Amino acid sequence: MAKKKQIEVDLNSGWAYAPAPESKGHIKIKPQYNQFIGGKFVKPSNGKYFDTINPANSEKLSSIALGNAKDVDKAVRAARKAYSEVWSKLSGKERGKYIFRIARLIQERAREFSVIESLDGGKTIRESRDVDVPLAANHFFYYAGWADKLEYAFPNKRPTSLGVAGQIIPWNFPLLMAAWKIAPALAAGNTVVLKPAETTSLTALKLAELIKDSGLPDGVVNIVTGFGDTGAAIVNHPDVNKVAFTGSTGVGKIIQRAIAGTNKKCTLELGGKAANIIFEDASINQAVEGIVNGIYFNQGHVCCAGSRLFVQESVYEEVIRKLKDRMNTLIVGDPMDKNTDIGAINSKEQLDIINKYIKIGQQEGAEFYQPACKLPQKGNWCPPTLFTNVSQSSRITQEEIFGPVLAVQTFRTVDEVIAKANNTPYGLSAGIWTDKGAKIFNMTTKMRAGVVWANTYNKFDPTSPFGGYKESGFGREGGLHGLSAYLNLN
Amino acid sequence: MIRIKSKDLLPDFKFSPAVDQVGIEERTARFQTRSIKSETKVVGLKKVLNMIDLTTLEGKDTPGKVKQMCYKAQHLHDSIPDLPSTAAVCVYPSMVSLAKAELIGSGVKVASVSTAFPSGQAPMEVKIGDTKFAVDQGADEIDMVISRGRFHTGDYNFVFDEIAAIKEACGKARLKVILETGELGTLDKVRRASDIAMYAGADFIKTSTGKISVAATMPVTLVMLEAIKDYYYKTGIMIGMKPAGGISKAKLALHYLVMVRETLGDAWLTNEWFRFGASSLANDVLMQLVKQETGAYQSADYFSID
Amino acid sequence: MAKTVTKKNVKVLENINGVAKTNRLLVLKTYKIYIGGKFPRTESGRYYELKDSSGNLLANMCLSSRKDYRNAVVAARGASGPWAERAAFNRSQILYRIGEMLEGRRAQFVDELMQMGSSKLSAEQEVDLSIDRLIYYAGWCDKYTQIFSSINPVASAHFNFSVPEATGVVAAITSESTGLLGLVSIIAPVIAGGNSIIALASETHALCAISFAEVINSSDVPGGVVNIITGKEDELHKHMSTHMDVNSFIYAGSNAEHLKTIQVNAADNVKRILDYSKVEWNSEEGQSPYFISDHQETKTTWHPIENIGGSSSKY
Repeated sequence: MAKKKQIEVDLNSGWAYAPAPESKGHIKIKPQYNQFIGGKFVKPSNGKYFDTINPANSEKLSSIALGNAKDVDKAVRAARKAYSEVWSKLSGKERGKYIFRIARLIQERAREFSVIESLDGGKTIRESRDVDVPLAANHFFYYAGWADKLEYAFPNKRPTSLGVAGQIIPWNFPLLMAAWKIAPALAAGNTVVLKPAETTSLTALKLAELIKDSGLPDGVVNIVTGFGDTGAAIVNHPDVNKVAFTGSTGVGKIIQRAIAGTNKKCTLELGGKAANIIFEDASINQAVEGIVNGIYFNQGHVCCAGSRLFVQESVYEEVIRKLKDRMNTLIVGDPMDKNTDIGAINSKEQLDIINKYIKIGQQEGAEFYQPACKLPQKGNWCPPTLFTNVSQSSRITQEEIFGPVLAVQTFRTVDEVIAKANNTPYGLSAGIWTDKGAKIFNMTTKMRAGVVWANTYNKFDPTSPFGGYKESGFGREGGLHGLSAYLNLN
Repeated sequence: MIRIKSKDLLPDFKFSPAVDQVGIEERTARFQTRSIKSETKVVGLKKVLNMIDLTTLEGKDTPGKVKQMCYKAQHLHDSIPDLPSTAAVCVYPSMVSLAKAELIGSGVKVASVSTAFPSGQAPMEVKIGDTKFAVDQGADEIDMVISRGRFHTGDYNFVFDEIAAIKEACGKARLKVILETGELGTLDKVRRASDIAMYAGADFIKTSTGKISVAATMPVTLVMLEAIKDYYYKTGIMIGMKPAGGISKAKLALHYLVMVRETLGDAWLTNEWFRFGASSLANDVLMQLVKQETGAYQSADYFSID
Repeated sequence: MAKTVTKKNVKVLENINGVAKTNRLLVLKTYKIYIGGKFPRTESGRYYELKDSSGNLLANMCLSSRKDYRNAVVAARGASGPWAERAAFNRSQILYRIGEMLEGRRAQFVDELMQMGSSKLSAEQEVDLSIDRLIYYAGWCDKYTQIFSSINPVASAHFNFSVPEATGVVAAITSESTGLLGLVSIIAPVIAGGNSIIALASETHALCAISFAEVINSSDVPGGVVNIITGKEDELHKHMSTHMDVNSFIYAGSNAEHLKTIQVNAADNVKRILDYSKVEWNSEEGQSPYFISDHQETKTTWHPIENIGGSSSKY
């Protein structure tokens, strides 16, 4: 009979995994990428380029065209021309076939896209391979089928396309967000000018190559690259009929103000600070998986991340112990290694923001925990981080950190946790963990959030509408609901 | 011989923790994305060999068959130097003394099934007699089956007491308790049966008899590993785990090791605490080991069937 | 506050009672505002004169202040949750009740509209259409959810569905040109969908807005679900649109500059803006379940589906 000593399991030593690098020999990244306008790859009008960096080793991957308002204008004109001369005249059936083609081409080149996504953005190859790229292909496949069925989507309405859609996407899911934006826009009969985030332009430009291969008429999809002012030029362009933005709430508000007084239709998918709520009657082991998946998926660069954990007091010790155990099994490091769980932080700027909040958390007196893990010398890294003993008024529980940082609070009653969970300007997502069905329905109904995961977390599907309440934005992406963002309903 | 001294410490097994099947399956899928390469793979494969309970449990078992298997357990593939032996051989009680004799000095243990294996549909006296016979014949380990029928009727006390009685009959032999998870219906019940077995005195919990079509799976094994971990945190007592049946490929076996490592830690990665109940796994592991050494994919013709 | 007795008021009474002539001094109504189920005067003490087309004073209306609006938002916030959680069937019955009450006071509203300049025919049409519109939306209360919901066939082992939920607190600047129909056409779908509302009545057609508040107040509508204030769009639109506890904003006025200001201010807390300035309330397009869905948020819920043995229904 074993003696009762310090009881803990050691998950950090012994049989360790040898490096298992994804091969990248077959991947071609050109030294320079131009913008995709009117079906051609064109140089930026000012001749300027900026570097795109591999955040895992700080090395330059390629140069990207620095688009300005002139380039945006060119792209909008190309999109308008394609809209009025070709795309709006095409039947839904034919539009759909083009979109199906794009889906298929992504599937064929899936591994290549995964590798480039991981190189450029720092996310693990496991996630880009198993999540981002397949979901992107599926999204095109799903919306392709809608193109000739729009009149079934909205009872008693005659849907018509809007025209040119200006779309601005973030760096956390570069290809997937491009798919979320482009697929429904095309299915609904619009043409597109899309700007990827400046740190992650590569897969959007590879997508442009693929779109060219698909034979999609010139100008239906245009991709301009650059920084915030390039995006602003899209938002402010008078011939853009629709603005779709995914990114921070701060920028979302700027966009909402910018289009005031215009007839531009707008959807915003903004920040979040989701509550992930663990009740004492939950399947605790699976709930711990849900916590990990909720906050450490994609380095916590997820707008719907479960960054506020609420644990019922009776199971608090158990949950925290199990969470720490699980954190010790997470492998932080080279995104290209198939065994890596947490990759590189997307940019130096983002790492600074995360570190700032970690410092704030420590100054606020919260208990801080990070598992011991070896980090690579070069690149941007942040180990999975846990703050316990925080309160509702701590800044780390109020503000979106967008990194692998979890703030834990306890609660006693259902009413208390509902009030605390909703006590935020955000309303994108929430998580509920309990084995009791009646409690699930009460909780999921009371959460002021657009996506509620019960006994699961961070699940996405093309058929499933996604989007926020309150300052997390308006409009939905995915599913039937995602179509209305790109249609006039007459 | 109940290890829990006070009855107050016994949980009400009706309230064993709930298990979410989809969550469990997502977790096991995640283990299977672990890529095991080069030295890690070689070390892992050798661990696997050393964790095997080489098994024959057939009506047509003969002394000849058991002898051959006992030789194989000690000489897995003599052309590779420094190979371990298997952990044990697993046989019916009638074959224990023979196996014991064949394995003298090898370190390979003899495990015997008992308690009217595989159905367990026999009176208590018969089960105790069955167990005592096997122990008297020299069995180092006893693999008992729980009374699934009684379990399904909700008679957890009966199941508990039966395990405790068999544990007592085992004496020094280590007791593996077979839950026959393929007959339990849900993962919640797998968890409940695991808890009953551990609190009643099991040294190991084991998935299956190998006699029904759904034997060991990664989700079922993970549920049991989590039960072991929770029990360990509650009592400080380590319990072993034995998935049995259906694990015949080296790659899958390695993923079981990954699962053990990331759930319970390295301390469980020895044959004292983890076993594979398998008959054909060893050869696939051997083929992989030779492939690692030579770089060439192997043919079954070059590996002995015993 | 003393009231001037006008010829018009006398005539009204004659019409209502069908009496040829009376010398009886009329008892006139003080038009107050409606906040949280009560009829306070504006906290500011200010008023504006509502006159008929000939320049005769109809009433001194409350010139509501930003504080009145703030009080109304507090009332609306308090009422919104419980209202949204009422059974849809119950909301349906309450909307129907509003229709019943309005029907019972049909003549009063016709008369008020006529005082404010409508012809008898158009006043009658407007009241009839308003009553019918309430009945229309009463019927939608327990149906729109079915129209706008979906079961989403996700590829993983999860049950996934999307349902509309009330956005919360809605503020509205209503149509200036209609006194009753524009107000009813905005309030009805918003509350049918479980929201609460603060509506700024038409400045120049305010009489029946307050009378409509009396109808609401006698129709089992919980206090705070509907709040109606009177005053000037020019003065209030900025404050109304900056309020951080308002989730959604309807503009049915006609001032493009005001709309733009509202849209800019709305960004402070990412309010949803609904521009109804071009809607013809008098036509078929003035009613539709899409006016309900305008103030709904889509909530998508996921839950795993357990299936141990790969069991199938096999029929």
